[in-house]
Amino acid sequence: MARPEAGDVILKVENISLSFGGVKALSDISFEAREHQLTAIIGPNGAGKSSMLNCIQGFYHPQEGTITYRGIVRKPEKSHEAARNGIARTFQNIALFKGMSTLDNIMTGRNTKMKSNVFLDALYLGPSLKQELEHREKAEQIIEFLEINSIRKTPVGRLPYGLQKRVELGRALAAEPDVLLLDEPMAGMNIEEKEDMCRFVLDVNEEFGTTIVLIEHDMGVVMDISDHVVVLDYGKKLADGAPDEVRNNQDVIDAYLGVAHD
Amino acid sequence: MFYREAGQFKTNYAKDQGIFPILQDRIWIYFVLVVAFVIIPVFGTDYFLGSIMLPFLVLSLAAIGLNILTGYAGQLSLGTGGFMACGAFAAYKLSTGFPDMNIIIVFLLSGGITAFVGVMFGIPSLRIKGFYLAVATLAAQFFLLWLFNRVPWFTNYSDSGVISAPPRAIFGDFFITGPDATHLSKYLFVVTFVILFALAAKNITRSGTGRNWMAIRDMDIAAEIIGIRAMQTKLSAFAVSSFYCGVAGALWAFLYSGSVEPLSFDVNRSFQILFMIIIGGLGSIMGSFLGAAFIMVLPILISSLPGMLGLSIPVDVISHVEFMIMGALIIFFLIVEPHGLARLWTVAKEKLRLWPFPH
Repeated sequence: MARPEAGDVILKVENISLSFGGVKALSDISFEAREHQLTAIIGPNGAGKSSMLNCIQGFYHPQEGTITYRGIVRKPEKSHEAARNGIARTFQNIALFKGMSTLDNIMTGRNTKMKSNVFLDALYLGPSLKQELEHREKAEQIIEFLEINSIRKTPVGRLPYGLQKRVELGRALAAEPDVLLLDEPMAGMNIEEKEDMCRFVLDVNEEFGTTIVLIEHDMGVVMDISDHVVVLDYGKKLADGAPDEVRNNQDVIDAYLGVAHD
Repeated sequence: MFYREAGQFKTNYAKDQGIFPILQDRIWIYFVLVVAFVIIPVFGTDYFLGSIMLPFLVLSLAAIGLNILTGYAGQLSLGTGGFMACGAFAAYKLSTGFPDMNIIIVFLLSGGITAFVGVMFGIPSLRIKGFYLAVATLAAQFFLLWLFNRVPWFTNYSDSGVISAPPRAIFGDFFITGPDATHLSKYLFVVTFVILFALAAKNITRSGTGRNWMAIRDMDIAAEIIGIRAMQTKLSAFAVSSFYCGVAGALWAFLYSGSVEPLSFDVNRSFQILFMIIIGGLGSIMGSFLGAAFIMVLPILISSLPGMLGLSIPVDVISHVEFMIMGALIIFFLIVEPHGLARLWTVAKEKLRLWPFPH
């Protein structure tokens, strides 16, 4: 297969519908995410943004519609198998392993690339040691990149919220994903932390060429950094396009500002 | 001043990944090794070696086993006693069935058999968690003991149900079980075995396998989403944990008590070992030793203290006072540090790093 060019469609969501019992979380959503671009999914609370991300990642299995990733239609898989497809994610509520150090969390993010064998691990010699050192090297590159060198051995439970979010990004990056799904990476942060996070997200996009799909509530951030915006409301797609188009779309303005019923 | 890594520069990851990267820790480990292999064997009396050190070391090994399962992989278990019994009976059947087999291989194989049994009883953990899993593992405890009590094949059709461990030597005349074995040789064998297994456990827990266990413990759904196979990981924790418990059971029966009897592995044993890891520290190899020392050795010290001081206190009073002091100490330690003695040790080290400054 030829190396994908920037701008090719890497992820294609077609007519996705997802419901939990009687609740329709998503109905008939379609959009595309392009290689090397930053796609933002926005919408009011309960619009189905996180459900959409869970579908793409393979944690939820939509009842209808298809998700095509790199030209291949995704089949329902177990979560741990889906993790091996090159799609990594962060969570809205931090889902780090709190008892483990920053370094261990990032090393755990590399688990899909490691082969653990209890007997070799017990000796910590030969292939086991070699593997640990190789992956430590990669983990250290991520630590360096995210500027978290000083906390590499601190248990993440003790870190402040902003840093935990950064470690979580590191854990997702450790899997060397082609597509990175970020569920509200900047929620609850102050302005400096948000600026740092934006910088890291853009750098990831720039340096590793990772395609990013992110959910965010801060419109300033979304309009600034994304190449493409998808707006959801009540499980339906309202608009889809470049930030400027979406900003001027009447439906979007209505959904966000409310509309007078007459 | 006394404990800090300042000035100890690591120039490659291999050195930083070492098992004890800080110099002071290495000195401490060497000190422990000298005490274990030189000072205790030279100065320890038979009583000290046979009645304090042996059970302490064997129970530490069982505590490491349970700590792997509960402390590292987060699966609460009350089947420890059953798995120890399984190891003891497996070792008995193997050593009587194959008298020429080296006793070390017998112990390792009985650990392997217990690992298999542990995996079988670990299957419910794929569906149930926490206290409910603890109750499910009680099934292992009661079923295994019932099996060993009721099926005469396990006791080689002996009438009493109590069977003594056959005499076995590691090599030549170096007997470690049976009447010819000295307390010293038993002690040396057990301490070597336990230290090697503790190091192996430390290695497992700081490598990929251990990280997967801890990931499942801390947040199982997130762990699955980033690619960890929950089933494999949980069952491997059950296997390794049961292996340790099985070996500990075999050592207990063969080297400490000298007889294989189901009664010494009843549910009280399971609780005792669970308390050891709670007091010692969940998720800590060191904590397993501290907890075993606290639960097992401290009562002996308390009860022999009046004698050492030359006070004549009636035995029944001493045993009541012992219960009271132990109860009070357990409450005290759990209030001061709910994460166990190992955590106190870590906090002390952190304070020492900053000393003489408070922050």
